[in-house]
Amino acid sequence: MTSGNIFLAGVGGQGTLLASELLSEAFLHSGYDVKKSDVHGMAQRGGAVTTHIRFGARVYSPLIEAGTADLLIAFEKMEALRFVHFLAPGGVVVANTQEIQPPSVLRGIEPYPADVEARLRAAAGRVYLVDALSAALALKEVRAVNVALVGAASHFLPLPAEAYEDALRLRLPPKILDVNLAAFRAGRELPASQGGTA
Amino acid sequence: MSVPSRENLVLLSGNEAVARGAFEAGVKVASAYPGTPSTEILENFANYEGVYAEWAPNEKVAVEVAIGASMAGVRALSTMKHVGVNVAADPIFTVSYTGVRGGLVIVAADDPEMHSSQNEQDSRHYAVAAKIPMLEPSDSAEALAFTRLAFELSERFDTPFFLRSTTRIAHAKGAVKLGLPVVPPVVPGIVRDPAKWVMLPMNAKRRHVLVEERTQALVEYAETSGINRVEPGSRELGIVTGGVAYQYVKDAFPEASVLKLGMAWPLPEKLIRDFASTVDRLVVVEELDPHIEQHVKALGLEAQGKDLIPICGELDPKIVREGITGVKTALRAPETVPGRPPNLCPGCPHRGLFFVLNKLKAVVSGDIGCYTLAALPPLNGMDLCVCMGASIGAAHGIEKALGKEAHGKVVAVIGDSTFLHSGITGLIDIVYNRGNSTVIILDNHITAMTGAQENPSTGKTLQGEKTHEIDFVALCRAIGVEHVYPVNPHDMAATEEVLRREIAREAPSVVITQAPCVLLPDHRRRVKHVYEVLPDLCVGCKACSKLGCPAIEWVPFTPEDAALAGKKPTQQGMTRINPLMCDGCNQCPPLCKFKAIVGKKS
Repeated sequence: MTSGNIFLAGVGGQGTLLASELLSEAFLHSGYDVKKSDVHGMAQRGGAVTTHIRFGARVYSPLIEAGTADLLIAFEKMEALRFVHFLAPGGVVVANTQEIQPPSVLRGIEPYPADVEARLRAAAGRVYLVDALSAALALKEVRAVNVALVGAASHFLPLPAEAYEDALRLRLPPKILDVNLAAFRAGRELPASQGGTA
Repeated sequence: MSVPSRENLVLLSGNEAVARGAFEAGVKVASAYPGTPSTEILENFANYEGVYAEWAPNEKVAVEVAIGASMAGVRALSTMKHVGVNVAADPIFTVSYTGVRGGLVIVAADDPEMHSSQNEQDSRHYAVAAKIPMLEPSDSAEALAFTRLAFELSERFDTPFFLRSTTRIAHAKGAVKLGLPVVPPVVPGIVRDPAKWVMLPMNAKRRHVLVEERTQALVEYAETSGINRVEPGSRELGIVTGGVAYQYVKDAFPEASVLKLGMAWPLPEKLIRDFASTVDRLVVVEELDPHIEQHVKALGLEAQGKDLIPICGELDPKIVREGITGVKTALRAPETVPGRPPNLCPGCPHRGLFFVLNKLKAVVSGDIGCYTLAALPPLNGMDLCVCMGASIGAAHGIEKALGKEAHGKVVAVIGDSTFLHSGITGLIDIVYNRGNSTVIILDNHITAMTGAQENPSTGKTLQGEKTHEIDFVALCRAIGVEHVYPVNPHDMAATEEVLRREIAREAPSVVITQAPCVLLPDHRRRVKHVYEVLPDLCVGCKACSKLGCPAIEWVPFTPEDAALAGKKPTQQGMTRINPLMCDGCNQCPPLCKFKAIVGKKS
């Protein structure tokens, strides 16, 4: 893999943006050109949040075209389905099993879709649903969900684990570094239980 | 622990790169009002050694501060979002005439696609109208380089410079090579020169002539400097482009000839003519308005542009490719799933206020801030929202238009920062012109929507110094409002009582809702007392759901579920409070007639 597109989808407040920072830093320091794009502002308040990451020898557009993402990382299950049309044929989905109700579901106006997993598998060949929330709760740090997901997704990217761990050291204050390193390593184990390989 | 790093190569957003560029250019004074997507420029700049950076109450003041600094011979920066340029337009059009001493750069950050804005205006028109040159970077690396260049050119041509960015420049990150700071050539200090700086008509007339000569000199620069460059390619297709659209063009048409304009104004006529003569088909690709296209066509050249490329919203490589080739690519249709619009945070004090306003069926004249989200269901709490500070004047207008018919119905809502930005003049208007509107200042003690910035009412500056904290009660009294009442919006019963009284009052009144934003560090650090729903007592009436709190979840029942839970078979579900989300604000317990919502035992 000499170039690629990574699409991240989550809910405001889940740490999607930090996860995309870590991935981008890891690629930059491994010798790639990198561009990443996300939108702040309104989306911070519990709305759907997306980040586009592109890496390669030379990257122009900061946006991924629909139908060309090699990897879709979703921090919330339904958000994977919302953006699955961004995936290229043969692309991989790594989705957190966590469910966060959007406003219409919170108020009982429409149901949270019951068939997310089946629809994901129908839309994409390789789908890995991982329980990153439990991995983070096991470490007593619910905010580490995002880093556990990065760990799970790292299986499907061309960098060694050290590249992500170095990015964590670069980005995080010492106080929360160890728990996040642990979350990354725990996350990296997650896809294996579903037959995932790099 | 050693962290690998490629020498001086870092990943920066466009905003971080502009901040770094300003620091490297030796900028000493920067002033801004926060606004997406521009906010992070000043937040980052403020962290550099030896600089002064401040939040001004609004963009007009911010530019005025930068003008003063420039006159005093230091390089100065002012940043704002596109709608902020409207507020700052008054000084901007005249500083074009005075010119500068220290370099002066104004960043205008546009928001194509309106990710976080109320309109989609194109700031390039301001460059033309104010006769101020404008640079437009197309990624983070250029954002740094162009910022440095803009300061040099500002002094060389005796003009303020615009730097235009858009959301995909401001918030996208790319690799940037850091440079070393320079010492600007201008010597700080007062140099008296009223003929240049005092824009009396007699002086301004002379300056206008110089402005026109300056534009001619800038055209010459634009023709020859290399900031606008031709990337030769196939003769079949030639594309004129700039800003982030350049990147989409390079992805969509790697083989095309490209004229990349780094300067959005003034435009290089000869360069454009020469480029056009080398290609068979000329297309202009630009986001938002046909600014370049109109100029190209005014030269008598045959070109396509907005007939192929949309005028509304952001571009991407696919839109550019399909627009120019006319061939649509078939793609998998997006899946249909419930929407996920933004929402007020769990525990947000604004929720309590809007719940009460909803109950009172008030006509709400709204403003710009987090509370604008209360316009969405289930609060449906806003009837009008135009721009920063407009809520108060508009409420007064409704009341004057309808007289008795409006009385006792209309309120204006406005945040603490927005009130100080441009709401206070509206309130003065109400008092002066014998209105009797009720104005509600939502004081959560921070500028929240843009990510928690300090403002003149918070007691802290951008660079973390303690400062005077405006007392809204005293301020409102001082401008002539006799009836000013602070309330706690989490206490909805008390808030309702005060609002009923004040809306009915035949005099101007101000109600101040005082409760901290839940994103403030002090609030987040406190011990939370979260709530839970006792399943035995919940009858599924959804009274608590009307708050629209993200922590209050709905668990739907099948008839079998209902039977298992010992409920009536007709009960369709019950409420659950997500303990990870609950902020313990105490707004929901009083809404439950069945006393099912209680404090959770820890």
